[in-house]
Amino acid sequence: MLIGAIVAGIVFGLYFALVGLGLNLVFGVMRIVNLAHGDVLMLGGYTAWWLFSAFGLHPLEAAALVFVVFIVVGFPLYYAVVPRLQRARDAEMLSLILFFGLSQMIEALTTIAVGTDQRSLPGRVLGIGPVILFGARLPKPWVFSAAVSAVAVAAVYVYLYRTRLGTLTRAVMVSRDEAVATGIDIHRVSAIAFGIALGLAGVAGVFAPFMLGSITPDIGVDLNLTAFAVIVVGTLGNPLGTVAGGIIYGVSLMLMQTYFSSWANLLPDLLLIAVLLVRPEGLFGRKVRRA
Amino acid sequence: MRDFALPILVLAAFAVAPFLYSNELMLFNFVAFLALAQGLNIVYGFTGYLPFGYVGFYGAGAYGFALAVMHLHAPPLLAMAAGGGAALVLAVVLLPLLRLSGAYFAISSLAAAQAVYEVVSNPALEKITKGPYGVSLTAVFAPRFSYYIALAILALAFALVIWLRNSRFGLALQAIREDPVSASMAGVSVVRGRTIAWLLSALIAGLVGAVFAWHISVFYPDTAFDLGVSIFATVFVLFGGATTLTGPLLGVLILYGVYNAIGITVPQYFQFIYGALIVGLVLFLPNGLVSLLTSRGIRVP
Repeated sequence: MLIGAIVAGIVFGLYFALVGLGLNLVFGVMRIVNLAHGDVLMLGGYTAWWLFSAFGLHPLEAAALVFVVFIVVGFPLYYAVVPRLQRARDAEMLSLILFFGLSQMIEALTTIAVGTDQRSLPGRVLGIGPVILFGARLPKPWVFSAAVSAVAVAAVYVYLYRTRLGTLTRAVMVSRDEAVATGIDIHRVSAIAFGIALGLAGVAGVFAPFMLGSITPDIGVDLNLTAFAVIVVGTLGNPLGTVAGGIIYGVSLMLMQTYFSSWANLLPDLLLIAVLLVRPEGLFGRKVRRA
Repeated sequence: MRDFALPILVLAAFAVAPFLYSNELMLFNFVAFLALAQGLNIVYGFTGYLPFGYVGFYGAGAYGFALAVMHLHAPPLLAMAAGGGAALVLAVVLLPLLRLSGAYFAISSLAAAQAVYEVVSNPALEKITKGPYGVSLTAVFAPRFSYYIALAILALAFALVIWLRNSRFGLALQAIREDPVSASMAGVSVVRGRTIAWLLSALIAGLVGAVFAWHISVFYPDTAFDLGVSIFATVFVLFGGATTLTGPLLGVLILYGVYNAIGITVPQYFQFIYGALIVGLVLFLPNGLVSLLTSRGIRVP
């Protein structure tokens, strides 16, 4: 049972790495907290549900479509909001309030459009029957979603460490001022990172109905807290640390559900508070107290 | 003296309102939000810490009241103290959060409120808190009396904000908010200042939660820990302008007034409008309505 919980936790955690990845990319590059992240994810989920029930589109095709569309939406959103924010004195705090407002708008519009009913996609779309992995029986949709997440994480790694744009992006992450001084167009770099982050959130949303069972318009707040817990554990501003954060979260969630099931919902909240208080620089952070 | 004119006017208006207008629950909600907005103002306006999980204190107050009535058969006024005490205890437990800066503080306070909600609404604790099935306190139901207690709490909240605006301590808090390092160099105790503001703010929310539990007498964890309470209070304070007495007051009267006037049949429209207001305010009017006056040199209490 222990091994089963750990294996399931790793698979689950890979998905949650994808859930946190976009949030961490935005924080790392722009030093702002996108509190509408969970709601963008929710929008991705509803788009997938709509594409499936109206056109019978496979979630994988929906994911590709959502990724592209959300990137395109991300550019104007970035230019409308972020440069203005960053001129303010306390950009981090103001961004939190602003994106909180945005998240309320998204949630309200979605509720008006589709109602508050739970929506889910049939799991058989991603394959039937369990997958046996190291003796643990896992639903096939879980393994499928985890595989997509792994691909997405690898793609982000390639983008950040193997392309010229990625080098520029990492330069902005290290120091905005020096990046500007070197002649990097930080707004172009940031806008691309912002778009990619929204795209990643959308893709995570496409698989949310499978991993979370169902989606409702109000899952944004909980998802935000979870995503924030994941990226804080895995070090803020370090997109690849998110993978470790996700897996730690997934494994502890599965262990909680196995041994203290009625208290499992407390996990992300307590994990977040505990890490922020004890080791705010995360697992792989340098010894700098940013929080 | 000018500082007292507006709050006394508002208190007097709400004191006679129940005799002129029959929808007492709506009046009660007005008073509750007026007090909550000032309570949030104490911590956000004067220290710069914005607790998204402010509703956690409200819920703790409501459940402190309910548990005292259900298990100890406490008389309502004593149970009110239990409600305020529960919020204070929660605030003390959460004191370490004040070590975190801006955004981290806001998010971890939200996580803390969610955690308290998960505990209270947990079916495993049904024997103590009635879990997700809600509590019923009809034995102490006293709508008129509890309304005036709410008004007394509002008076307390007004008085606290007036004190902060006109005292050395309030000035010290604003100095800490602007620049904690310089403030402590000038001999201001940063930790003590933030702690007092945080506890006062939590006390107000706890008392309002307790009187809410008393007034409404039947409620569920979903209502006592409704994130909407945090959202409304935050929007009212931001809209009117933090650090002033008038700002949050105007915010509640205008926005909550419009909310009630147009009707609450489709709350999503208001959720949308409030969201848009937050975005617009942060981008174009970060210091709220009163900044339109203060930036022209007019002093606003």
